[in-house]
Amino acid sequence: MERVGEVIEASTTDFVAQCYELYQSPPLGSLVKTRDAGVELYGIVYNATTTSLEPGRRPIARGKDETTEEEIYQASPQLLKLLKSEFGAVMVGHKQDDKLHHYLPPKPARIHGFVYLCPPQEVKEFSQSLAFLNILINTRLPVSTDELIAASLREMSQVYEDRRAFLVTAGKELAILLSGNFNQLKAILERIKT
Amino acid sequence: MTEETKRLGIVTSGSLNKGVEVRLDSSASVEDMAVGRYITIEGEKRRFFGMITDVSLEVIDRKLTVTPPDVSDPFMAEVLAGTSTYGTLHVLPLLTIGGDVASLLEGPQPVKTVPSHFSTVNLASQRDVELVFGSEDEKRFYIGTPLDMETKVCLNLEELVKRSNGIFGKSGTGKTFLTRLLLIGILQKGTAANLVFDMHSEYGWEGRSEAGRKVKALKQLFPSKVAVFTLDEENARRRRVSTDFVVRIGYDEIEPEDMALLRQTLNLTEPATEAIYQLSRRFGKNWLQSTLEMKDSEESGDLLKELSIHESTFQNLRRGLATIRRLPFLVPHAPDNAVRHILEYLDQGINVVLEFGRYTDITAYILVANLLTRRIYNQYRERTEKAQGEDTAPPHPLVITIEEAHKFLNPEVASQTIFGRIAREMRKYNVTLLVIDQRPSSIDDEVMSQIGTKITCLLDNERDIDSVLAGVSGKGALKSVLSRLESRQQALIFGHAVPMPVVIRTREYGSAKSYKDLIPGREIEMEKQAEKDIEELWE
Repeated sequence: MERVGEVIEASTTDFVAQCYELYQSPPLGSLVKTRDAGVELYGIVYNATTTSLEPGRRPIARGKDETTEEEIYQASPQLLKLLKSEFGAVMVGHKQDDKLHHYLPPKPARIHGFVYLCPPQEVKEFSQSLAFLNILINTRLPVSTDELIAASLREMSQVYEDRRAFLVTAGKELAILLSGNFNQLKAILERIKT
Repeated sequence: MTEETKRLGIVTSGSLNKGVEVRLDSSASVEDMAVGRYITIEGEKRRFFGMITDVSLEVIDRKLTVTPPDVSDPFMAEVLAGTSTYGTLHVLPLLTIGGDVASLLEGPQPVKTVPSHFSTVNLASQRDVELVFGSEDEKRFYIGTPLDMETKVCLNLEELVKRSNGIFGKSGTGKTFLTRLLLIGILQKGTAANLVFDMHSEYGWEGRSEAGRKVKALKQLFPSKVAVFTLDEENARRRRVSTDFVVRIGYDEIEPEDMALLRQTLNLTEPATEAIYQLSRRFGKNWLQSTLEMKDSEESGDLLKELSIHESTFQNLRRGLATIRRLPFLVPHAPDNAVRHILEYLDQGINVVLEFGRYTDITAYILVANLLTRRIYNQYRERTEKAQGEDTAPPHPLVITIEEAHKFLNPEVASQTIFGRIAREMRKYNVTLLVIDQRPSSIDDEVMSQIGTKITCLLDNERDIDSVLAGVSGKGALKSVLSRLESRQQALIFGHAVPMPVVIRTREYGSAKSYKDLIPGREIEMEKQAEKDIEELWE
């Protein structure tokens, strides 16, 4: 299982993890998990940032005399240590006693809990139920819900042999959830059509 | 559950009166649905059997109809089908099947409730339809197949002949073919003897299809069980039809009651019909002859005065009687009693078809049909009463087939004619009617309401449709089915002999194979003969 970071901020509805390597955050919409005393918490990556380690110190432009971007990092190797990549994941379910639940876990994630990218088999298992879509629709996030839902469905569909069938099923689920808001439905469907 | 069961959707709302709404699954296309098709609903406690009566399109959000999505994109179309856009069926539950063991044995029952919310709706399988309409056996006759299905719809002929029945439909929709089939069915199963007043000579020897092809009729298929009587010997000879008896009617056989029915066709006034009774009291049996022979003398003037018949009334009556006298099959004295002959044949279980030959004039038809039927009915009545008194078996049921029935059964004459009485009193004396007509609205309501099983081909006159469907539950829904029948080979059957209304495609008739299917195998025939012989030994 690929380890992608460590929890540095946690709440009931989401957690923020810092990547071990700069720029190595998992893609938008991918399914990640972290563990806390026998409970596995599942989240969907909704946001990723790369900022300076110290909040007051902003990076400055350094490439005026270099010909490629790579040369900037080679000329100032300390840069990689002064910057950090973080990503936020919204909680969409948990697994307790080997049972998968598509609703919020009883407790938030633990700080310094390791965060893993879920392998295809686990993604498949988790996406057997599309109940998490409802959580995504109803959670207020800094990114647009439409974008996040579309991204997560695109990510999940990749583990299926018949991508289209999965997307159609998900589309139908969305059509029911968004029955009163056809415009939003249309926007999402536009983003996931194959 | 058989593997052929196809799920259509779920019940979402409805009522017993108006029928239930079924939301179609996305896998079932509205275009595959058809009004008149059968479905089953798996309720919690029992199964329901019903018929599709309407199909409609729905959207979940009104915005979709205002800004329709781009369905040229197959993904979009597939996602929206069955979710945001969906089809609904309007279904009329007609029967319940099963539940507990007792009701399983009783067979399908009329519905008294609706299935619970979200019950699954399936397309009825062949087996379901068989369960409802039974399969062909000793009493059931295969009359056709439901639309889009291969299953046989069977009529319980034993039940059918217990009531008067009607076959209705516009001209050219297949009434004659249906009637022929039904007569063959009754003959084949031996549930009743038939007496057919065959106005256009189509049922006895052979008839013609609309395309002009000859089709065999009763006598050709069952030579030993059918006797053809004719009023017009010459016509029969020309058509090369071998007849069993030539019917002649004597003037002295015509009674005043026989004339009452002819009032309209002969244009008689009310006093003129009254005068007939007086004249018959005066002259007795030979009243018709005597009346026609009366000269315009003083003597007869006195007689009329004595009977207080007005001169103009008398002239009116004479004109009418002269019309009758011109009918060639009427003779002063009949050599043989037609009624007795008919009864003899009927008693032997032989069916009688009376051909009218060239005398297709309605006066002749009404006169003869009414005259013969009255006497036959009286005979049956006597026999039945005797049988009741002596506790013996009642006479074999008799079915009398009449065409242009509205002439006998319209509201003005229905109360007077024997046919009106048969239709109302029905089965008490084991005599019932098979009424064939194209204007059911002209038939008396009271008679219509007594008709047990109605078989109706396409009708498009609003009044006719209303009169046929009067008093049927789910009338509105059936109306839409009835007016959508095809003009050929399709009919809606409802009433006593079928557990629920059913639209059928009439079974094929006219090909060599169809004849073979209709005539039971030799072995069966022999078996029956043997049984009969044994029974006779015991008598």
